[in-house]
Amino acid sequence: MDITLSKTQQNIAQEARRFLKKECPSEYVQKMFKDPQGMTDDLWRKMAEMDWMAMRIPENYGGMGMEQIDMSLLLEEMGRVVLPGPFFSTVILAGETILAAGTDTQKRQYLSAIADGKAKATLALHEPDGGSDLGYIDMSGTRNGEDFILNGTKLYVPDAHLADFIVVPVRTGTTGEPADTISLFVMSAREKGVTISPLPTMDGTRKLSAVICRDVQLTKASILGELNKGWHPLMHALQRAQVGLCAEAVGGAQKAMEIASDYAKVRVQYDQPIGSFQAVKHMCAQMFTETESSRSMLYWASWAQDFGAENEATIAASSAKAYCTDAFTNVAAKGIQVLGGTGFTMENEMHLYLKRAKANQAALGTPVYHRERIMQLLASAVQ
Amino acid sequence: MDFRLTPAEETFREEFRKWLNQTLPGDWDPFNQPTFKEPEKIRDTYRAFQKKLSEAGYAGIHYDKAYGGQGRSLMEGVIVSQEMGRRCISVVMPGVITHGMALPLIYFCGTEDQKKKFIPKILDGSHLWCQGFSEPDAGSDVANISTMAVRDGDNYIVNGQKVWTSMAHFADYCLLVVRTDPDSRKHKGLSYLLVDMSLPGIDPRPMTQITGEAEFNEVFFDNVRVPVSSLIGEEGQGWKMAITTLMFERAMGDVVISAAYETNVEKLIRMAATTKNSGQPVIEDPVYRQQIAQSYIEIMALKYHGLRNFSSHIKTGIPGPEGSIGKLLWSEPNQRITETAMDMQGPAGQIAGGPWSVQNGSWQYAFLRSKGNTIEAGTSEIQRNIIGERVLGLPKDASRDKSAS
Repeated sequence: MDITLSKTQQNIAQEARRFLKKECPSEYVQKMFKDPQGMTDDLWRKMAEMDWMAMRIPENYGGMGMEQIDMSLLLEEMGRVVLPGPFFSTVILAGETILAAGTDTQKRQYLSAIADGKAKATLALHEPDGGSDLGYIDMSGTRNGEDFILNGTKLYVPDAHLADFIVVPVRTGTTGEPADTISLFVMSAREKGVTISPLPTMDGTRKLSAVICRDVQLTKASILGELNKGWHPLMHALQRAQVGLCAEAVGGAQKAMEIASDYAKVRVQYDQPIGSFQAVKHMCAQMFTETESSRSMLYWASWAQDFGAENEATIAASSAKAYCTDAFTNVAAKGIQVLGGTGFTMENEMHLYLKRAKANQAALGTPVYHRERIMQLLASAVQ
Repeated sequence: MDFRLTPAEETFREEFRKWLNQTLPGDWDPFNQPTFKEPEKIRDTYRAFQKKLSEAGYAGIHYDKAYGGQGRSLMEGVIVSQEMGRRCISVVMPGVITHGMALPLIYFCGTEDQKKKFIPKILDGSHLWCQGFSEPDAGSDVANISTMAVRDGDNYIVNGQKVWTSMAHFADYCLLVVRTDPDSRKHKGLSYLLVDMSLPGIDPRPMTQITGEAEFNEVFFDNVRVPVSSLIGEEGQGWKMAITTLMFERAMGDVVISAAYETNVEKLIRMAATTKNSGQPVIEDPVYRQQIAQSYIEIMALKYHGLRNFSSHIKTGIPGPEGSIGKLLWSEPNQRITETAMDMQGPAGQIAGGPWSVQNGSWQYAFLRSKGNTIEAGTSEIQRNIIGERVLGLPKDASRDKSAS
């Protein structure tokens, strides 16, 4: 057993922190928050030069074949600065799904483009009335000869406005469990019949859109892997994406905690730094406690995706998703409280953390959803 | 990064698990063991079990063979502790202070004579220890200790009063913190003595706690003559010594306690499956499902945080900042587990035992006992002060700053 970071892993984090401090300062994030695109091409290109898009992609598809924990360390640093833009949607949501479901040819085509930074992509998962239920997939894919016709609405799709291609889980089977009825299509964002409408988001650093498909005609070759067999690879990819959100949450919580405790050391009221008052000090201590324990959960869940048994990978991802995103929300909210009126302004960066925290809590299954999933696994193990 | 045990460690775990299954009575129920209402019984149960552990070669796993230990790895030490935690042995038997504090302190700081004298007796179950820290005026402000030890030839003459001293009424020895320099203030001038509880002038008086049992005591020391050879470490260095030695044990303690709480969550789920509300099993109630799952998640956070802390401690030898939060990660979640259990029982939550009680009233006991968790071994407030000041570097509050200078 060794639950420490290797030298290489420490370097990933340090390099990322150095790069992002320079290239993605708070002023840039504040600007992108209001910008309709949400990221500059310049930053995207520089990130690609760092080989970040290639980290998790296997070497034979032009990537570096690294582990989930390595990606988590990078995402932790991205969360620390509340990185805007389509990295998460492209590399994690679309990339991991293609990696889990695609055929060799599909991986060669799409993953190489992602690894090089040439393509931006996303995953269109949620639907109206589905809530957090990841299996609520109503978009229909009906056969038309050798082709399929897609009809339906996908919501809360991250960065669809920038995407070159979109992975879409679709119901192609008529009856039965998701495991036998869901297919994953990959389609161009400019496919005939696809309408992408940006939605006003609370977190301006993570743009969301509605993706509406009206009689979108796709060939059979657009199906990732096998027809009707998209559910399991999708779930595997989503687990890694859930862990990815945890990593962002840990990085964000860490920075929010640092901002708050640094402020508490210098802000003087009643002739003393407010951090000397236990009411404030204990809030900071609680922020530290939740952040540091979240990091332990993140390491476990990251490791379990690559090396744990299937059941452990699932329960670890759900446990971490609930724990870390709850913690980030608590920490960011306390951060605003410690900063007082200053923390309540748009000018101060703390709002970025609270908004991202809520977004990460809501995305890919709320804590309530994940707790129920855990309970199902626990109850079946005990009874 | 690797969360797995080596194959050899896995085999060792299996062996010990098998031994435990064979050794514990077939109907071993950690939730139905003698309590402190029967001090002799609880002591004898501990002694008999520890003796068996020792005879089977499982006592003091990572301690030196020269003192009766097994000379095995720290990881194997953790494995044994985890397994005992899983069966809740370490929680229901009164050996926590003996093995978590007295043993490491003597092992790492004691003289050769002290090690030879005390460690084998701890490992074979002959000696139980208590610790004399808190005093009426030194609770959270533990450095305010005023129990005095005045040198008189080959002895210290000890006078003073300790309080909240768990197990003092049946312990054989006490790890006693005293002030050896009468002119000293705060942490300076504190020393540790290894005190034989049968010495004349020691008077433990059990105090009944909210569970109805007497786990802790007031202990009066009236001109107790303690041999100078009982001093451990240097005079006046007691505080520093204790803090560095016990950091590591804390890390190990978190791992043990998470194993016990995992068992408690399983028990909670079994209870939810059999307890009914409006004729339906409580386990079908979405509110309780959320609470149970949340408790499981919190125990996983404790477990993996504890393991991570332990792992980095082994690798670097230095306790990282992650070590300081373990106490908060177990005490508060344990209170939530017991509260959930009580709520799930509905009106039966009022019944502490007998045929109409749920799981023989064990949760009623656990609920009350858990209220001590955020007080004992440093209150939650003190833990948060420590994190705020020593980890985050926040200033001390003005009044405490003055009294410390």
